[in-house]
Amino acid sequence: MEILVCVKRVPDTAENEIEVNSDGSDIERDDLVYSVNEWDNYAVEEAIQIRDKVGGSVTVVSIGDEEAEEVLRREMAMGADKGIHLSDPAFEGSDGRGIAGILKAEVEKNNYDLILTGVQADDGAGQVGGMLAAMMDWPFASLVDFVEVVDDKTLKVGREIAGGNQEINEIDLPCVLSIQTGINEPRYVGIRGIRKVSSIEIPVHGALDLGIAPESVGRMGAKVKRIDYFVPDLGKGAEILEGNSDEILEKLIEVLKSKGGIK
Amino acid sequence: MALQIFTYILHKGGAADDTALELVTAARATDPNASVTAVVVGSGNHLDAVCNEMAASFATVWKIDNEALSHADGEVVRALLVRVLPKGNIVLVPHEHFGMDLAPGMSIKLNAAYLPDVVSFEGIADGKLNAVREEYSGMVSTHVSCDISNGAVITVRPGSFKADMHQGELGEVIDKTTEALAEGLPPGGRRFVEIIEAEAGEVDITKSDVLVSVGRGIEDEENIEIINELAEVIGADVSCSRPIVDAKWLEKSRQVGTSGQTVRPKVYMALGISGSFQHLGGIKGAPFMVAINKNSKAPIFQVADVGVVADILDFVPALTDKIKEMKG
Repeated sequence: MEILVCVKRVPDTAENEIEVNSDGSDIERDDLVYSVNEWDNYAVEEAIQIRDKVGGSVTVVSIGDEEAEEVLRREMAMGADKGIHLSDPAFEGSDGRGIAGILKAEVEKNNYDLILTGVQADDGAGQVGGMLAAMMDWPFASLVDFVEVVDDKTLKVGREIAGGNQEINEIDLPCVLSIQTGINEPRYVGIRGIRKVSSIEIPVHGALDLGIAPESVGRMGAKVKRIDYFVPDLGKGAEILEGNSDEILEKLIEVLKSKGGIK
Repeated sequence: MALQIFTYILHKGGAADDTALELVTAARATDPNASVTAVVVGSGNHLDAVCNEMAASFATVWKIDNEALSHADGEVVRALLVRVLPKGNIVLVPHEHFGMDLAPGMSIKLNAAYLPDVVSFEGIADGKLNAVREEYSGMVSTHVSCDISNGAVITVRPGSFKADMHQGELGEVIDKTTEALAEGLPPGGRRFVEIIEAEAGEVDITKSDVLVSVGRGIEDEENIEIINELAEVIGADVSCSRPIVDAKWLEKSRQVGTSGQTVRPKVYMALGISGSFQHLGGIKGAPFMVAINKNSKAPIFQVADVGVVADILDFVPALTDKIKEMKG
C-alpha cells in the first residue's frame, strides 16, 4: 500500500508556555521548542505499522519553510521511506483550504492508496484532511483510533466518538483518515536514527512545480485570515494561593476540608 | 436578500443534542437579521419528534427522512446536504465528532469558506464575518476574519454559546426528503458497521464525589503512584486527562473529557492538567475546582476556584504527607 502522511512542524505545547507578543501580531517565538505535531506522529507510526504488515511504502510530506525539513527527517528516522517538502514563499499565510489545495497538487503526481493526517495541529482546526478528501472525491473518516486492512480495496476503521465509545466503519480505498492520539505507541527516535537518514535527498516542490497559481494560495488566496492573537479576559479566574510552601499547603488543606474534599 | 443561516441539528433516540439550542444563540450572534433554518436528518418517529421539538426554536425546520439515514455518516449526509443547501449562505455545525466528519468537506463542495471551532462571533462588516477561535490548546485566542461572499461552513464549539430556552417559535417543518434523494442515496464509500460501547473500568468515576485528576505534568508512569497516594489519604478516586490514557498509564474509563467520561464530583483536583476545552467539557455540575500546575499561564487557572503554581511532582507528595500528619 502506498501511504502518504501529512505532517507539520509546530511549537511543542508540552515544552513551551505560549505567550502573545507585545503587539499581538504573533506568539512570542524566541526560544520556542518546535517538534512534529503530536497527532501527526501517531499517523506516521500507524502508516509504518500498516506498511510493515502489507508492504508498500510510506511517504511523509510537509508544507513550510526550510525548517520543516527537520520534522521530515525525524519521521523518516522513525521509518518513513521518503520525504517531500512543499515550500514556496507564496504558500505563507494559507488557510486550511489553501493547504489542502497545495497537498492535492502533490497527491495527484503519484498514486497513493491512503492518506493520513493528524486530527488537528496547533491551530486546533481539524480541517485539512476532510478538505483534501472532498477535493479528491475520496471517502474520509475523522478521529480514527483503529485501522485494520481488510483487503487491497477496503479498510476497517474505528472512530472515537463521545463517551469513550467507538464507531466502526468500513471505508473504501483510496481514502483519507485523520488519526487520533493514542491509536498506537509511536516509536522512539534517537539522534543516531536521524543521522542515518541525513543524507537522503528530500525533494522540494514549489508553486511552479505543482502547477499552482501563487495568488490562489497563501495570504492572497485565503478566505480565513487571522487578525491578531490575544489572551481573553475570562473574569477573575482562580485564587492563586501564595506564601511559603507550608503556608500554601495549610491554606489548601483548609479549603479542601471546607468543601468536603478530604474525607 | 437577507442572509440565510442553516444549523445542523444532532440528535439521538428522538431527542435533540444540547448543541441544538446553542446553535439558536450562535446563529443570532452570527447575524441577528438572518433567517434561520434547522436541518434535521434521520428516520422515522425519532426524526419527527426532533423536528417538532426544533419547530419551537426555529422558524423553519428542514427534515430529510430515510431509513438508511438512521446511522448515516458524515459522508452520506454531506452529499445530501450539498444537493439541497442553496450556495452563498452560512451553515453552522457543532464542532464534535460528527461535525468534524461532515463540515470541512462540505465547505469544499459548496465552494464556501471554512471557519472551524468558533467560540464567539463579533459581527459582519464589509462581507467579512469576524469571530474568535483558540489556538495552542486554549493558551491563546485569535480574532479571525472570514470572507463570506461565497458563504461559509462554520463549526461552533459545544458549550460556547448559551442554549436558547425560549422555545416560542411556531416553526414550519418542511420535508426536503424528495429533493435530497431525487438522485437516490449517495454512493457510500464508507459503511457503518457497529458501535463498540466503552468498557466499564474498575472504578466508575462518574459516581465519585471527589476526584484527583492527573495530566501530562506527571511526566512518567511511575510517578502516578504519588497521585494514588494522595487519593487514598483524602478518600478520592483517581481520574485523568487524555495524554495519560494515550500513554496507556491509566485505563480509558478513567479519562475525563468529551471523548471520555462526563463527571459530576463535588470537588475536582486538576493536577498537572492544562485544561483543554475537551477535558473541561467532561466536567459538569460546577464542582469546586483546585488546579495545581507549574505553568502559571495554563488555561485551567481561568476556570479553577483555587490554584497553586507548583510542580506536582514536588507539591503532591508534600500535600499527602501534610494531610497524613494532620490525621495523625
